[in-house]
Amino acid sequence: MAFDEKTGAFKVVGTRPDRPDGVDKVTGRARFGADASAPGMLHAVIIRSPHAHARIVKIDTSKAEAAKGVKAVVTRVDFAAGLKGEPWNILENVIAGDTALYDGHAVCALAATSLLAAKDAAKLVEVTYEVLPHVTDVDAAMQDGAPVIREGAADSSVPAGMHPNVVRYHESGHGDPDEGFAEADLVIEDHFVTEATHQGYIEPHACLATLGGDGRGELWCCTQGHWNVQKVCAALLGIETSKLRVAASEIGGGFGGKTAVFIEPVALALSRKANRPVKLVMPRADVFRATGPTASTSMDVRIGMKKDGTITAASGVFRCQGGAFPGAPMEFTAMCAFAPYNLKHVRQVGYDVMTNRPKQAAYRAPGSPMAAFAVESVIDELCNRLELDPIEVRLKNASREGTKASFGPKWDRIGLVETLEAAKAHPHYAAPLAPGAGRGVSCGFWFNHGGETAVQLALSEDGTVQLSVGTPDIGGSRASMCMMAAEELGIPYEDVRTTIADTATLGYNEISHGSRVTYASGLATIEAARDTIRKLCRRSADKWGIDPEAVEWRDGAAYPAGPNAGDHDPLPIREIARRMGRTGGPIVGHYEATPEGAGVSFATHIVDAEVDRETGATKVTRYTVVQDAGKAIHPTYVEGQYQGGAAQGIGWALNEEYIYGADGRLQNAGFLDYRIPVASDLPMIDTVIVEVPNPGHPYGVRGVGETSICPPLAAIANAVSNAAGVRMRQLPMRPSRILEALEGQGS
Amino acid sequence: MVKPLVKVHLWSGLRALAGGHAAVEVRAATVGQMLDALIEAHPALEEAIDAGVSVSIDGKIYGQGLTQAVAEGQEIYLLQRIKGG
Amino acid sequence: MIHVNTTVNGDPAEFLCEPRETLLDALRDRLDLTGAKEGCGTGDCGACTVTLDGRPVCSCLVLAAEADGREVGTVEGIARGEALHPLQRKFIEHAALQCGICTPGILVAAKALLEKTPDPSETEVRYWLAGNLCRCTGYDKIIRAVMDAAAEMRENA
Repeated sequence: MAFDEKTGAFKVVGTRPDRPDGVDKVTGRARFGADASAPGMLHAVIIRSPHAHARIVKIDTSKAEAAKGVKAVVTRVDFAAGLKGEPWNILENVIAGDTALYDGHAVCALAATSLLAAKDAAKLVEVTYEVLPHVTDVDAAMQDGAPVIREGAADSSVPAGMHPNVVRYHESGHGDPDEGFAEADLVIEDHFVTEATHQGYIEPHACLATLGGDGRGELWCCTQGHWNVQKVCAALLGIETSKLRVAASEIGGGFGGKTAVFIEPVALALSRKANRPVKLVMPRADVFRATGPTASTSMDVRIGMKKDGTITAASGVFRCQGGAFPGAPMEFTAMCAFAPYNLKHVRQVGYDVMTNRPKQAAYRAPGSPMAAFAVESVIDELCNRLELDPIEVRLKNASREGTKASFGPKWDRIGLVETLEAAKAHPHYAAPLAPGAGRGVSCGFWFNHGGETAVQLALSEDGTVQLSVGTPDIGGSRASMCMMAAEELGIPYEDVRTTIADTATLGYNEISHGSRVTYASGLATIEAARDTIRKLCRRSADKWGIDPEAVEWRDGAAYPAGPNAGDHDPLPIREIARRMGRTGGPIVGHYEATPEGAGVSFATHIVDAEVDRETGATKVTRYTVVQDAGKAIHPTYVEGQYQGGAAQGIGWALNEEYIYGADGRLQNAGFLDYRIPVASDLPMIDTVIVEVPNPGHPYGVRGVGETSICPPLAAIANAVSNAAGVRMRQLPMRPSRILEALEGQGS
Repeated sequence: MVKPLVKVHLWSGLRALAGGHAAVEVRAATVGQMLDALIEAHPALEEAIDAGVSVSIDGKIYGQGLTQAVAEGQEIYLLQRIKGG
Repeated sequence: MIHVNTTVNGDPAEFLCEPRETLLDALRDRLDLTGAKEGCGTGDCGACTVTLDGRPVCSCLVLAAEADGREVGTVEGIARGEALHPLQRKFIEHAALQCGICTPGILVAAKALLEKTPDPSETEVRYWLAGNLCRCTGYDKIIRAVMDAAAEMRENA
């Protein structure tokens, strides 16, 4: 779906109308996952392993089943047998088989007539465990003698002789790094560590499930992708996909963490057993222990640079653990690491390692932020030692259209240089630094995604429009969809209502992830609108008795076009809609495709930070995000994505981490000790939207939701390292870590 | 009708599964045919391809589609399948 | 069960509840006021913020029975019928919400601030709202919306 060169004259796109769901959300009317109820509803509680690794010897639910109000209990036997591959992995994570694989792994669940009754009954479930040795650290899990998570899970990519916990391997690159390092004036190699973090969405997973003995079910849940939920639940429950109807509630944050399925199959299984609707809301501690945090990493990066700033070679080894299942996004860590740089000699290697931790899930751009932390820190160190300007060096080595990417192909049209130039020109970059403060710069990169998309645009008889899309609104996309439909149809923004359809009323839609919604649902909306316009023009042609080719659509009305079209009054959309029932039937435009052509997105961030040398506390005093959006449909919501990603990056860089004890249990499963940024931690976050159009979208849209989290870890680490005068190599840079680093430096 | 001869670059981790070759030439008119032909030529590639691959054609990344046309002279790279969050 | 008589958003309300039930549970499950949200259940996130006799509290830390004889204010009571409060209008105008899950709690807290301090500085707003977590926005547009609403309210006072 190619870029439309006519894009000069947008009327709606690029403006900033109020979002359509705004009033619902400021009045408390909007309904999220936990806001639904049904007559006869039961409340469910999941019983979870308190051990990091244990054989489940016996589950005795007899006392719980006899408890007041309990109507159903399920264990693994209540789910489908014989699954293989990723469906098996998902089921094994949703509810344990014979082994509990991490602290918080679900073992059993029950439903009762009230939540308090369910919680009381849960205490009566007796599980006998045989505790096994555990491992939670990525490097430790690769060593000889480390406890084995699961035999035979490695695929054929893994080199011979590695521990069974190493399940996938990636290697890519080109040239001869050794030759390149030999040409460098300075080579720096360093080791970096990042801890696991959680997406931290404020809304816990929640659902309301109804499943009858006949296999027909209804599910309401907060999710980034309800067709995926439908597919996964059907497989795990052994029912036919189309028998299950899933509706997506408003979602209170996802960021990738709600692309995976955790509790819905359990709620459905309980409902089937009890023959009543079941509501399941995850307690916050369970969200931390048993949903999908990011991978944690151990990385070695080596970069060689000449005195003039030319990078001669780069190599990286990225070890990532993704919990007790394959899937740590190490290939993206590897492929994104050097993406901003045009390198003759580059090599990146990734390892996917299993540990006794929950199954990882994406957090915005999976794998990319960690890589940027390591690589951009080394580049910063090289710039400092060679006394070169960090932005000039990045410009000198920047990837551009036609240069070879670190992972192989030549780049298409990209906007990295534009973001660097804009950062360089921004007043932030020239602003004097406060005494004791440091400044950090980083680039970042993400691929972005297309994915299955189906959209329907139906005319109402008054000429207004109902647009049905299948991508849950995780960032304000309904406003953008309305805008694109209004733009194409030439009607007011207010005349379009966008609804997120359920799985029974629209074709398959891929999860809202990969920054794909404005790109893919947007492209589909544009196409569906054009389909509708063709139909409107045909009706007009029929009415005028002329050829449809002789009708053009402009400003919400059909006009005769061309010298032989005749002299007819324009037909506005409401006129055509009013009579559509009698002129051929309802008018509905639609579009289904898996669009290919999502454009990649680059960003450059600038951060100023102050470090208190006595307490080790860091204050971010100024933050500027510069990112390529291709085309900002609704600039305010693009700014929102930039600011949100930066804020999450600040938390990840400074405070957030999963802390496991020696017993392998998560120590900080709550917002008190898993400390995300609060309003008083942050400054205003300045944003610059660069627009280098994506050739693969009619308006040039590039996804923006993920790239914003790629630069902050490094930008902040560079600022803090420069402020403290010591290179920080481990995240988060909590006060104790900064003090240790300062002491180590003898300050 | 003879299908075009296309040259597919593999990421370096796949080379061992393709007899050590950095690039493989196969006859194919679409991405789908190309992937099938790669597996036929080097069966050890099947696991990696089934796990999911994206394809870059002259710099444009195709996430998962099989119907995209491929032609002689294009720069074609296999990549591990792109997924987001 | 305890019989609670209370006032919610100016209207009398009554319900039966267990001694252990929180005010948050009672509002949501007994009175169908689902505006206040449970984000954590331990008073760390502020998504459940309501006012109790005018004072912002985490309703997950208040027992339902404690509402007896007192006045509860929730997000559902901020607008006057159709007319949105300046804070609500400014939130929409400034795009001070993305997913919206934290919005009810933040609105209740911000309203309480402006009733107490009609001309707060940016720092005062940030520290007042430090108990309300937002994961989507980075707080920038929220702070701007609150300051702008405060300015409008001062002008119309």
